Amino acid sequence: MPDNKEKYAQLQEAIAKHKGERGAVMPVLQEAMNIFGYVPQDVQEMIADGLGTTLSEVYGVSTFYSQFSLEPKGEHVIGVCLGTACYVKGSQKILDKLCEELKIEPGRTTADGKFSLNATRCLGACGLAPVMMIGEEVYGRLTPDQVPAILDKYRA
Amino acid sequence: MENLVKLTIDGISVEVPAGTTVLEAAKKAGINIPTLCYLKDINQIGACRMCIVDTGARAFGAACVLPVSNGMNVKTNTPKLREARRVNLELLLSNHDKKCLDCVRNQTCELQQMCNDLGVDDVDRFKGSMNTYDVDELSPSIVRNNNKCILCRRCVAACNNTQAVGVIGPVGRGFKTQIRSPWGQSLNDVACINCGQCIAACPTGALHEKDSTKKVWDLLNDETKHVVVQPAPAVRAALGEEFGMPMGTPVTGKLAAALRRLGFEKVFDTDWGADLTIMEEGTEFIGRLQNGGTLPMITSCSPGWIKFCETYYPDFIPNLSSCKSPHEMEGAMIKSYWAEKEGIDPKDIRVVSVMPCTAKKFEAQRPELSHNGLQDVDEVITTRELARMIKEAGIDFVNLPDEDFDPVLGESTGAGVIFGATGGVMEAALRTVYEKVTGATLDKVDFTAVRGTEGVKEASVQVGDLTVNVAVAHGTANAAKLLDSVRSGEKTYHFIEVMGCPGGCVTGGGQPIVSAQKRMECDPKALRAAALYQEDQNKPLRKSHENPSIQALYDNYLGEPNSHLAHELLHTTYAARPKYKN
Repeated sequence: MPDNKEKYAQLQEAIAKHKGERGAVMPVLQEAMNIFGYVPQDVQEMIADGLGTTLSEVYGVSTFYSQFSLEPKGEHVIGVCLGTACYVKGSQKILDKLCEELKIEPGRTTADGKFSLNATRCLGACGLAPVMMIGEEVYGRLTPDQVPAILDKYRA
Repeated sequence: MENLVKLTIDGISVEVPAGTTVLEAAKKAGINIPTLCYLKDINQIGACRMCIVDTGARAFGAACVLPVSNGMNVKTNTPKLREARRVNLELLLSNHDKKCLDCVRNQTCELQQMCNDLGVDDVDRFKGSMNTYDVDELSPSIVRNNNKCILCRRCVAACNNTQAVGVIGPVGRGFKTQIRSPWGQSLNDVACINCGQCIAACPTGALHEKDSTKKVWDLLNDETKHVVVQPAPAVRAALGEEFGMPMGTPVTGKLAAALRRLGFEKVFDTDWGADLTIMEEGTEFIGRLQNGGTLPMITSCSPGWIKFCETYYPDFIPNLSSCKSPHEMEGAMIKSYWAEKEGIDPKDIRVVSVMPCTAKKFEAQRPELSHNGLQDVDEVITTRELARMIKEAGIDFVNLPDEDFDPVLGESTGAGVIFGATGGVMEAALRTVYEKVTGATLDKVDFTAVRGTEGVKEASVQVGDLTVNVAVAHGTANAAKLLDSVRSGEKTYHFIEVMGCPGGCVTGGGQPIVSAQKRMECDPKALRAAALYQEDQNKPLRKSHENPSIQALYDNYLGEPNSHLAHELLHTTYAARPKYKN
C-alpha cells in the first residue's frame, strides 16, 4: 500500500526530528496520531526502537493521556456529554444504553468499525440536556429508549 | 576534600557528604524512616510518600529524594507525620487483596511489616472500590498478581534500569493504573529474560516465582522413579538466611543433609557440573584462541543472560560459548554416564535442580537441552522454594549435622564453588586455562581483579607469551554497556564473563528476599560472595582440572574435553529471538 508507506515515512521523519530530546515520546506520539489517526502496536514499536526507548515506556504514555487512541476511530464518532447539566439530567443512562447497544466500553470502537463511543465534557448545549453528538449531528433531550432508533439511522 | 553538610534530625546532629538524602542521613543517625517504593541503587522516586519528613517547609518532603542542606532541622516522628503515614498506608490497603495467610511473601512482605510497625489497626478503614485482576502465570519463571501490587515501581526500575530489558511499565492512569506489559501481553509473550530481578525488588507478593514444589513433592513420592538432586553453588551462600542465619553464612553441609532428608535418592552437586564446564569451556576458549575462532568468547552459564543476548544482541551469538550451563551438563551426565554406571534406564531418572535463579526454570524447558528425547533437567526449584519444602517437611535446618554430597557427581573443587559470584566463572576458567596452555603450575590461584561488585571489571592476564584481556559484567544493563563498547571497536577482549543478575547468582532472582531496609545496611552481593570465596579457600583442590572424578569421567567415558561425545552431550546452540511478538 503506497498510502501506508508514505505514512510510515512521515513517522520516521517525526522520530528523526525529536530523537535525543528529553521527553520525545509525547510529541512523536502526537505526530503519529495526526498521521495515522491512532497509534497501533507496530507504530509504537517503531517509535520505541527509533527513539531508543522501550515499548513499555511508549505504551505507558499512550495509555496515560486520553488524547491517544489505540484503535482506529469508527466511521461515526459518538460523544455523550457527561458535563454537569447533562449528567444531572441522566446522561449516564444514555451512555450505558449506548454501551449495551454497541457492546463496547466508552473509548472503544465497534468490531465492524462503524461506531466509536466517547464520554465527553460539556458540549455547550446544556439547554438540550442530556445531549449526545454523532459526527456533527446533535441529539438533545434524550431518553435511553430513543437510542436504538437513532443508531439504526447510521447502521444502514 | 568532600563537601560536608551539617544538619539535625530529631535532635541528633549529623554530618554527611553533600548530596546525601535525608533518608540516608537519618540511617546514619540511627533512625529508620519507613519506605515502600525506595530501593537502594534501584528506585528513588518519592512516590509512595511513606518516608515523609517535616523540615518546616510548607509541605512534608519525601526523605528518599530530599537532599540534605546545611542547618536543616528535620523531624521524622511527629503526631502529624505518623498520622499521615498511617492514612497513606490504609489507602494503599484499600486496594490490596490483604490475603496474607496464603501469600508466598507472608512474613517477608514489606507492606505487612509496615502495617505492623506503624500500628495500623483497621485494614478496612477506607473500604471501597477495588480493582481485581487476572493473575499472569503463563511464564515458566515469574508470576504476576496485580491484586497485591502497590504500584511502587521497584520492579519497573529493576527491569528497565538494572537489566535494560524494560518489558513492564505503568499502564493506564489513576485508580486503573497497573504495572504490566504492553498490549495486555503476558510476561511469557514479551521479551522478558526470566531473570526474576523484578521479584527480588518487589516489596509484596505481587511478583513471585512459578512454584514447582508440588511437582517435586510428587516426584519424591513416585517409587518408580530415581529422583536425584543438584544444588547450584550460590544456594549454599544464602539458604541459611531463610532460617534466620546471618547473611553470608555458608551452609553447604546442612544443605546436603536437608536434601537427603527430603528423600532424594542421590544428592549431587552442581559444583561438579561447574568443574566440568570449565574443562569444556576452557578447552573451547584455548581452541578459539589458537585456531582463529570467534573472539571475544562469552560465557554461557546464565540463562537470563543467554536470552538477553539472543533477543537484544543477536549479533553476539557466535561469541557465546557453546557449553551448556553447569546444571544442564550435570543433568546430561546423570542421564548418560551415571545411568550407565548404575544400570538405570535414563527414562526412569528425574533430575531436580535447586537454583538461585528463576531463568533456570525457562532454560530447563529449552528443547535443545535434551538428549534422546529426554530433557537434561526435569524440574527446577529456587532457593526460596527449597526453603519452603524444608520447612514443610519439619526439618530443623539450623541444627542439622554437616553431611557430604554423594560421590562422583557431587565431588568438586574450589573453582566450581566460586561460579556463584560475579567473576567466579572467569577466575575458575583462568586457573585451568593458564595451566593447560603453559604447562606450568599457578603459584597464586586468586585472580582478585575479577572479583568484587563493580558493574564491569577488566583484567589482563599473562598466559605464557600471550596477554589475555578479559572482562566481567553482571546485570544485563552492564552487559549491554560492555557489548556496546566491543561492538563499536572501543574495547577488545579475548574472554568475557556475563552473569545476568547484578552480583551474579548469589543475588539471583530465586534467592532469599532481602528487604529494602536491610539493603541499606549491607550489600548482599558482597556478603554472599564472601561465603563462596571462603569455601574455595578451604577446599584442598581449587582447580577444575585437578578434580579426580572429572578426570575419571574423561578417562572412562568422554575421552577428552570437546570430544565428539562431549559435544553431543555437553554443548548446545542458540538462536535469535524476536523482540516483539505480534
